[in-house]
Amino acid sequence: MMLIPCPWCGPRPRVDFSYGGPDPADHPRPADDAPLEAWTRYVYERDTPKGSARELWRHAAGCRQWFVVERDTVTHEVAGSHPLPGAPRPVGEDL
Amino acid sequence: MIRYSALSLLRQGFAGHGGWPRAWRDADPRPDYDVVIVGGGGHGLATAYYLARNHGIKRIAVLEKGWLGGGSVGRNTTIVRSNYLLDANAAFYEHGMKLWTRLSRDLNYNVMFSQRGVLNLAHTDAQMEAFARRGNAMRLNGIDAEVLDVPAIKQLAPLLDTSAEARFPIVGGLIQPRAGTARHDAVAWGYARAASALGVDIIQRCEVTEILRDTKGAITGVETTRGRIRAEKIGLCVAGQTSRLAAMVDLPLPLETHLLQAMVTEPVKPCLDTVVTSGAAHCYISQTDKGELVFGGDLDGYPSYAQRGETPLVEHVCAAAVSLFPAFSRLRLMRTWGGVMDMSMDGSPIIDRTPVPGLYLNAGWCYGGFKATPAAGWCLAHTIAHDAPHDLVKPFALDRFARGATLDEKGAGPTPALH
Repeated sequence: MMLIPCPWCGPRPRVDFSYGGPDPADHPRPADDAPLEAWTRYVYERDTPKGSARELWRHAAGCRQWFVVERDTVTHEVAGSHPLPGAPRPVGEDL
Repeated sequence: MIRYSALSLLRQGFAGHGGWPRAWRDADPRPDYDVVIVGGGGHGLATAYYLARNHGIKRIAVLEKGWLGGGSVGRNTTIVRSNYLLDANAAFYEHGMKLWTRLSRDLNYNVMFSQRGVLNLAHTDAQMEAFARRGNAMRLNGIDAEVLDVPAIKQLAPLLDTSAEARFPIVGGLIQPRAGTARHDAVAWGYARAASALGVDIIQRCEVTEILRDTKGAITGVETTRGRIRAEKIGLCVAGQTSRLAAMVDLPLPLETHLLQAMVTEPVKPCLDTVVTSGAAHCYISQTDKGELVFGGDLDGYPSYAQRGETPLVEHVCAAAVSLFPAFSRLRLMRTWGGVMDMSMDGSPIIDRTPVPGLYLNAGWCYGGFKATPAAGWCLAHTIAHDAPHDLVKPFALDRFARGATLDEKGAGPTPALH
């Protein structure tokens, strides 16, 4: 099973987590008055990378934080994770 | 090709079965074709067959990166049904059901289509209401459906735990009696043999590495691991890999590639002669003609191209199966495997032309690609031959997402893993 490193809780088994779509940095929300094409792209279209991917995951059965996981979609190897901009700082980081 | 019949079996039997020819030709690529189908699975082979048979197209190639039938057509749980709520899905899958009922004769190949019924179990009153609604919708569309109470379910599947003490007590069910199963490998081989007999080139170990276009953007062919092949029409039938091929022509799609697992137990004597599914428990079960019990469940839940899954899902599916059928608890699992599929943003498929002239799309089948094999091939072949969508697949247009005309059976919204 994949071990996913939660930035707050440390590595936990994959069943603790739920997948939530692409990294918002790669798939930004359009402006409210953006044209229909931009919203179609945002709501419906996905890049579906084969290999290295940056994804949004949530520690659903833990601290419930959303964060970004770097993961390989072919080997399931997890390269790392980081909090979303503006999220509380993980424990252990310098205050 | 020898026509399969009782007479040819008898004749070959007396000759020691040494005279059977190969079922289909393992062709080498020629430099150009009228139509190239990418993907040598059920959908690709069916499309090639119907292009040749229904539309008289002569020069067709099916390109397969691995071996024939090694992808999702060989990895599914073989269920065939047309028990859909929405009119567009009902019409399309019911057309498929009618093709299934005569498929063995059409192909002169026994696909072992067994109309043993597909039973959906309800565990709550709310589910029962939803089943009654769907059953009524099916009957209005001319599709067989029956709402069952618990005694009727008990009679149909005596091993099912229908007691009030069950982990997920059963309150009723919906059955489509004409639904059932078919032998998945036979479907791939049957279409391959019939297509090959009509002159279709089936080319294995031939992976598309580039899609070639002219200065106006129209399709001119493909670059493959076995050389360049020219064609002005290309059909994509590559479940799970569609986004990768579409990316070669910068076409973003409303798809995510997900992983689905299935598993079989050791073979036992016949004990289950229908297909039992429980959406609430996340499990569907049938028994093969060899006696193995086939279990399938939900997606692993995150994008993956791995074609192999993780153990928690296997455990979850087995726990659900045992809660429904306590008698199965002592069986041992023989094999588990995984396949990848295109999960679409509304749970319904896409068969359409694309903004790239000459490129045709058959994708987004989610869990349900196998049962759609004949109808998808039929409709994609029409769409390619006429450069216009078949009436049955007009609702499966690629631009339906931008138009807000999604076909969302479950009302789950644009979260692929929930469909």
